[in-house]
Amino acid sequence: MSMTVNAELAARFGLSAEEYQKVLDIMGRVPSLTELGIFSVMWSEHCSYKSSRVHLKTLPTKAPWVIHGPGENAGVVDIGEGLAAVFKMESHNHPSFIEPYQGAATGVGGILRDVFTMGARPVANLNALRFGDPSLPVTRRVIDGVVRGIGGYGNCVGVPTVGGEINFHPAYNGNPLVNAMTVGIARTDKIFLSAAAGIGNPVVYVGSKTGRDGIHGATMSSAEFDEHAASKRPTVQVGDPFTEKLLIEACLELMATDAIVAIQDMGAAGLTSSAVEMAGKGGVGIELDLDKVPQRETGMTAYEMMLSESQERMLMVLKPERTETARTIFEKWDLDFAVVGVLTDTARITVRHNGRTEADIPLAPLADEAPLYHRPLVHTPPPGRIGIVADPVGIEHALLTLLACPDLASRAWVWNQYDSGVGGQTSRRPGAADAAIVRVEGTRRGLAMTTDCTPRYCQADAHAGGAQAVAEAWRNITATGALPLAVTDNLNFGNPEKPEIMGQFADAVRGMGEACRALDFPVVSGNVSLYNQTSHPNGISTPILPTPAIGAIGVIEDVTKAVGLAMPEGCELVLIGEIRGELGQSLWLREICHREEGAPPVIDLTAERRNGDFVRRMIAEGRVEACHDIADGGLLVTIAEMVMASGTGCYLERPHFGTSLHAWYFGEDQACYVIATKQARELIDAAESSHVPVRHLGRSGGDALVLNEGMKLSAERMREVNGAFFPKLMER
Amino acid sequence: MKAGIVLFPGTNRERDMAQALRLVSGRDPVMLWHRDTSLPQLDLVVLPGGFSFGDYLRSGAMGAHSPLMREIRSFAERGGHVLGVCNGFQILTEAQLLPGALLRNAGMRFLAQEHFLRVETADSPFTRDWSKGDVFRAPLAHGDGNYTAAPDVLDRLEAEDRVAFRYVSAQGQDDAADRRCNPNGSQRSIAGVLSENRRVCGLMPHPENLVDPDLGATDGVPLFSSLVKSLVA
Repeated sequence: MSMTVNAELAARFGLSAEEYQKVLDIMGRVPSLTELGIFSVMWSEHCSYKSSRVHLKTLPTKAPWVIHGPGENAGVVDIGEGLAAVFKMESHNHPSFIEPYQGAATGVGGILRDVFTMGARPVANLNALRFGDPSLPVTRRVIDGVVRGIGGYGNCVGVPTVGGEINFHPAYNGNPLVNAMTVGIARTDKIFLSAAAGIGNPVVYVGSKTGRDGIHGATMSSAEFDEHAASKRPTVQVGDPFTEKLLIEACLELMATDAIVAIQDMGAAGLTSSAVEMAGKGGVGIELDLDKVPQRETGMTAYEMMLSESQERMLMVLKPERTETARTIFEKWDLDFAVVGVLTDTARITVRHNGRTEADIPLAPLADEAPLYHRPLVHTPPPGRIGIVADPVGIEHALLTLLACPDLASRAWVWNQYDSGVGGQTSRRPGAADAAIVRVEGTRRGLAMTTDCTPRYCQADAHAGGAQAVAEAWRNITATGALPLAVTDNLNFGNPEKPEIMGQFADAVRGMGEACRALDFPVVSGNVSLYNQTSHPNGISTPILPTPAIGAIGVIEDVTKAVGLAMPEGCELVLIGEIRGELGQSLWLREICHREEGAPPVIDLTAERRNGDFVRRMIAEGRVEACHDIADGGLLVTIAEMVMASGTGCYLERPHFGTSLHAWYFGEDQACYVIATKQARELIDAAESSHVPVRHLGRSGGDALVLNEGMKLSAERMREVNGAFFPKLMER
Repeated sequence: MKAGIVLFPGTNRERDMAQALRLVSGRDPVMLWHRDTSLPQLDLVVLPGGFSFGDYLRSGAMGAHSPLMREIRSFAERGGHVLGVCNGFQILTEAQLLPGALLRNAGMRFLAQEHFLRVETADSPFTRDWSKGDVFRAPLAHGDGNYTAAPDVLDRLEAEDRVAFRYVSAQGQDDAADRRCNPNGSQRSIAGVLSENRRVCGLMPHPENLVDPDLGATDGVPLFSSLVKSLVA
């Protein structure tokens, strides 16, 4: 293709006519190809958040325990004992459809770098995955590649993959979602930031060599997919977890010295965004000499080097007198180390290559005049509540159908490919508790972590769905006994230029903000992925379900006090919270009645807070043997999962009806927990005196789930039904 | 017991191993770098898990040629004790300090799950705190754990009581043909083996991840307490 810089090329690089005019105004001339490339990636949706920024600003980001909120590479939260949790979630959706293994693997690699860049040793990975219709061959191919990619990268770098979630829906057929989260631990007095400082200080490149992979990746992820998606395969980067592991160790070794002034990983838009952001944040200029950049291929142009998204690379500003110390460390780890530039007082980014100036851009306007859109939006009115729905199949059949369905089936086939124990601190493995728990090395503390979102709720009512995603994450952390601290969000939506999509986005963010405020659960980092939309040959374009995935962390002071799903014999089962029998948008309605209808369950944030605080207090007082929140599938699925986790059965009394039996058992009411306790009397008294709704449900024992109404299902049988889906789909 | 842990580029279970050794022996191990050309005075050398050199060639093949491996070989020849876990086991077979090879798992997928091992001999410095026939839990985390050797090598291992551990079901049954018992397809369900002098041991699973009661299980403790008993005297 012709590379003559003009409005047409700018359009191909994803800049609108107005945006290109702005470039001309800033430069006062026609930009060079490299300059146009720099503008186009910095102003891409992916890097500039131009459609989402006005809404993101409304989210609460502060709390006394927040050390760094959004704006840094990752969020930083105080977890006590002089330590901080550093965490973020990020999407790698588009690459994961084009090339599932590498897309998912480099997603993990990228988020790891965001965390260790700040001085934290990564201690856990999680993910949030959405796939299309499992009966399609393409879905199987994507699942296989994504799971292998996440495992291949995480297992090799030696960071345990401890949690995550998976949903299926045909809306993700052509656009699966791969959201990866990393949590790291750092000392609160050793957090590294990206703002460059010190005119004359050297700019140092470390890690892998630069190749031609991933050029314009940020632009690709800012456009819709069409039937030619596969032709974009060359824009997907290739990951090397071995080099990443060396990079982690080398960076942490260097960070133990005082050599680093600023550090930033080269993520989306590679050298361009790291150089521009570091200099921009520090209010200094930067001069890069591309002849010094370690290169994997010959004959690379300045444009290619500035836009390459080769993986496992970092940019640092060092104290000049410590440069040799740093070089020694990186050479010990067999990593490239090159001084590629210097900080200047020009407030410009200057790029030289082969004796020529290839780019010379004033930094302030590149950042300050980045486009910001108040895109038109249309709110979708939420559906009305569904009326009474008769039970067509009976409780036993419905339970077995739900346990077998793709959204509830056991994920063991997936987890068993992820090393969840490396590091030697994993306390609760995937599936053992509502949140994963990893001990903080050298302390008794545990970090509880989860990822959550219910896209079908968001599709019906984005506002309620946004709030529910936050509330469920908070609840999952609470159910282990940990105190929820903060949130990272990964907002996956369709094309923001369509007003109804922008409406979904705005509503979901509003709902999230309300829940975060009510639960003292600030957002400290995040990522937005738009244009998750597939254009079909017939001209129709379909969006994904709105998916504001929430990653969250909490802390428990004594990891041995945390509780999971498995209950011993001889417990009383107690319900905390109120079941009204919310069948709208429930899995029961979808899987049994084949209807995706109605309003999602009501979110009552006051009840959420009250019930959760009570549950956490009971766990802290040692009154709880096991705890599980009610979520997808409702009360009976919750209890079935506890039975399957422990192998211990239970007997449930006949419920007091305010509702029909199936609505009681399968309604997806919020703010509810099932607790197994050996101190039922005390717990119920405490609930009543705290005005927390409480009800005795039954008792544990035997090896089957037994209902007063006559159903009896053994743990073994339920495990068999629950465990069949993934192996049958993937190993045939 | 003075232990040293060997670090290769790509090693990733050294912290787990150090924690286990510390917890059971009460002493901090020393960390050794693969490029070192001499060994300090040690009772035990441990090659921990990970992906040395990325395992981009054959698992363990590059690690086996590191400078420190020459020292470890002569340490073993002098009767020193060497433990290799997971990637460490792979390196020991590549270095021919232990017989056999570890091929890709039979199912062609990475296996990361808790599984069961049976102790096949209590007659070794690594297993004396168990009884023959004991069944214990141990996490698996490997892509290349399928133990393979020529039939005469396997016969000899069995004849000389050098099979240390076998993969079994929770009930302790071994069945090499059944992946529920023998998940990676290892020949004769072999999970760990001993050298001729019984002082070099390699195994694929990770007992070092099950030693801390605060994290819920202590199935792996006897491996380390056996070593402490053998090497403190």
